[in-house]
Amino acid sequence: MPGLTIEREILIEAPVKVVWRTITEPDQISQWFADKVELVVEPGAHGYMEFGDQGGPVVVETVDPPSRFSFRWNHPRGEQPVPGNSMLVEFTLTPEDDERTRLRVTESGHELRAWPDAEKQRYADEHRDGWGEFLDRLATVLAKR
Amino acid sequence: MTTQADNELWSAIGDPSRRQVLDLLVSHGEVSASWLAERVPFSRQAVSKHLVVLERAGLISRRKQGREVLYQVEAGRLDQATRTMAELAAQWDRRLATIKRLAETAHAENERRPS
Repeated sequence: MPGLTIEREILIEAPVKVVWRTITEPDQISQWFADKVELVVEPGAHGYMEFGDQGGPVVVETVDPPSRFSFRWNHPRGEQPVPGNSMLVEFTLTPEDDERTRLRVTESGHELRAWPDAEKQRYADEHRDGWGEFLDRLATVLAKR
Repeated sequence: MTTQADNELWSAIGDPSRRQVLDLLVSHGEVSASWLAERVPFSRQAVSKHLVVLERAGLISRRKQGREVLYQVEAGRLDQATRTMAELAAQWDRRLATIKRLAETAHAENERRPS
């Protein structure tokens, strides 16, 4: 995925099945993400998340236990989330061994939200260097000034 | 949740061609649109369009020198972009740390419980 993708990972001392439950069960999600979560973990399911006094819709995309879970959020209420009006959060779980799991998360779509459709398409067609690399370079150059 | 100003920033900086323009401005200081057009693989018109978007997002500013218009980066705004992105990443780091704690606690409890 080109563009402004945030990518983080962590190593967890627990089997992949336990980590899977932590990231997909609503009463668990409400402990690490939103304050209140109404969600059925099924592809295409519409849910709702509340953050303090702000709330918003969330739509599940991929459910592939115990290795992949993704959802879209931050889209305008009443609209179907698609690339361009929402952010896509993707979790990937990889067992390191029976007792340890590598959990990776990416969040993408920040740059596409305000674009006209033609530009989005052109952007999707291009696969140039990513955002992180670009900002690192900028930061280095700016620091030298 | 993101604001309109954030959206403009992401949209401005997310485009690979605009990043190329921005990159040249960062490394060369104050330059004109024609100077930029000679160094990128797209048209002078495209350069002008990109400059308008970058300026609207506050990432660059312009100055008239004689008959020429010179463009330069707004370091503060760029820095803000870097920081915002770092904050979003830090937010995910915190969420991941919580997931780790929850999963490890649940696992330890499962182990203790006789099956």
